[in-house]
Amino acid sequence: MLLAALAVMAAACEKKTQPAPSGEGGTQAAQGQGAAPGGAPADANSILLGQVGALTGGQATFGISTRNGIELALKEANAAGGVKGKKLSIRVYDNQSKPEEAAQAATRLITQDKVVLILGDVASSNSLAMAEKAQAAGVPMITPSSTNPTVTEKGDYIFRVCFIDPFQGFVMAKFARENLKLNQVAVLQDNKSAYSIGLADVFTRKFTELGGKVTAVESYSQGDTDYRAQLTAIRKSQPEGIYVPGYYSEVGIVARQAREVGLKVPLMGGDGWDSEKLFELGGSAIEGSYFSNHYSPDNPDPRVQKFIADYKAAYGAVPDALAALGYDSARVAVAALERAKDLSGPAVRDAIAQTKDFPGVAGMVTLDAQRNAVKSAVVLKVEDGKTQYVTTVNP
Amino acid sequence: MAQLLQHLINGLAAGTIYALVALGYTMVYGVLKLINFAHGDVMMVGVYMGYATAFALGRDMRSSLVGVAVVFAVAMLGCALLGFFIERFAYRPLREKPRLTALITAIGISFALSYGFQLDIGFLPGAAPRAFPEVIAPVEWLVIGDRDVVVWNWQVISFGIAVALMVGLQYLVFRTRFGQAMRAVSWDHRVAALMGIPTDRVIALTFMLSSALAAGAGLLYAIKDTSVSPLMGLYVGLKAFVAAVIGGIGHVQGAVVGGLVLGLVEEFVVGYAASTWRDAVAFGFLILVLLVKPGGLFGRVTAEKV
Repeated sequence: MLLAALAVMAAACEKKTQPAPSGEGGTQAAQGQGAAPGGAPADANSILLGQVGALTGGQATFGISTRNGIELALKEANAAGGVKGKKLSIRVYDNQSKPEEAAQAATRLITQDKVVLILGDVASSNSLAMAEKAQAAGVPMITPSSTNPTVTEKGDYIFRVCFIDPFQGFVMAKFARENLKLNQVAVLQDNKSAYSIGLADVFTRKFTELGGKVTAVESYSQGDTDYRAQLTAIRKSQPEGIYVPGYYSEVGIVARQAREVGLKVPLMGGDGWDSEKLFELGGSAIEGSYFSNHYSPDNPDPRVQKFIADYKAAYGAVPDALAALGYDSARVAVAALERAKDLSGPAVRDAIAQTKDFPGVAGMVTLDAQRNAVKSAVVLKVEDGKTQYVTTVNP
Repeated sequence: MAQLLQHLINGLAAGTIYALVALGYTMVYGVLKLINFAHGDVMMVGVYMGYATAFALGRDMRSSLVGVAVVFAVAMLGCALLGFFIERFAYRPLREKPRLTALITAIGISFALSYGFQLDIGFLPGAAPRAFPEVIAPVEWLVIGDRDVVVWNWQVISFGIAVALMVGLQYLVFRTRFGQAMRAVSWDHRVAALMGIPTDRVIALTFMLSSALAAGAGLLYAIKDTSVSPLMGLYVGLKAFVAAVIGGIGHVQGAVVGGLVLGLVEEFVVGYAASTWRDAVAFGFLILVLLVKPGGLFGRVTAEKV
């Protein structure tokens, strides 16, 4: 009985609202949840977008980076005169890194705030929950960085501006086999995350196809903090590398404990590693590891460098890939809104679907028939508490 | 065989920590018949206090003997104070209200702490997990075979600290005047008051004691898992609560045995099956124990007086 009460409380606990004024001087911005009571849309001179992101919980840096990227893009769009003569504003809801919260927040954006378009989330499990709601309501949704293939399979209103999991697994398998020349690799996957399982599956298949051997597949659950039992089993299988396609919050600790049980081989992973926190959590244990990512801040492209400079000026940090993808997603959305003949769901949807060779800071965005972006990935190496660009792998 | 031994060591290390946290639940339940759901979150706050102290001490200082003592002392004293304030301002005003009111308040405090600590303002740490500084610099004390069994210094030290705290508590509860007063209040707090026992003070001290124990346990947990996050309290707290119920809540030895059993069960599940099964098995085990012995392993079933 008590446990049931606790569970109910956990499910119903508070939702935080983060108003994010993005108009110049915040004039047209929605101010918090009380701004549009009873579902009245924002006033006639502005276009309201919605974002659902993990601003608290285990993946908090993802949501915050994404929000910053989106905010920056909208600020620039408003400075350039907005869309169809109207200013853009955005309402941001926190999903506490939980799918059920994400679904609720999406519903709220659709029914109460009547947004024209939803951006978010990073974690595929959350985006899947949101996509269901968005598709059912006919509100277009662009996820900046959910890489699980099933997200856009939810329907024709769901888009993404990043590559998909099979590609990331493919990139790392190819890199491990051809660049690092590894023969035996173990896999440690997060069984609670669709993203992690997706990457691990494709990696295993591709690596075996290329003539390598996967010596052990172990799993953990998101939120775990002790991985010694799994790592001990992995060490017994004598791998030359470990593929850990998880999130930074766990990977940093995995790295420490891997060194502790005597595993000295490099770790490899995907874009879930991309956070400044990884270096703090992993310390020296994460040095010499590799991960695939969407973009590298070392890219000399002037467009990328300008984005980095602007972002630094606004938020005081070098943007990670999630900030870059957030920025791209918002710019793709703005361009589509400009192109759309009106702001209805189907019109905006068709406009987004036409996106072709859009110059994003994380690569050219062309949406294919499955509403996925086709683009290249970079492999980064962790060195001296920073990422170092290693190579680019094309689809 | 070697693997079994390794799992046994790891399980014991985790179990002693659960046991320490479970003791806090059991003590508070003993004197107030209240499941203090905020207990795990008080522990989390204690870990952050230790975290801040360790950083303030600096790299060399914090891994010295004095440094470790200072980190533990600050966290435990700080938490005792926090426990005092929570009891004084959240639970005491509800003392004569229905028990459910206090229970819901406990859950409220739990969420206020665990979500409040996810804010990123002032001294609050923000949502992202952080690496816990190496208070006890890891050294391998015993290596058998090709690293088949490895015993780390922190495992032994943690075990020692946990046992010392438990022995101290045992002494306090059964050999001192305060312990006698505590047991009297737990027996019947009205009668105890009539006998001249200052029940409010005894209850406040019990809260402070259980909170200090939680802080100590939390630090051991953070040293073991090398990380700290605002949500760790909810998770560890729930597990320790399960341990307390398995042992028979309100029973001091029961909490220790419950914690050890739970730690070992979890370790073996993760080691020989899969980590996804861990929580299912832990809670399944709880149900099993309650089916066979509704009062827990050590508890007695007492008929409710009408």
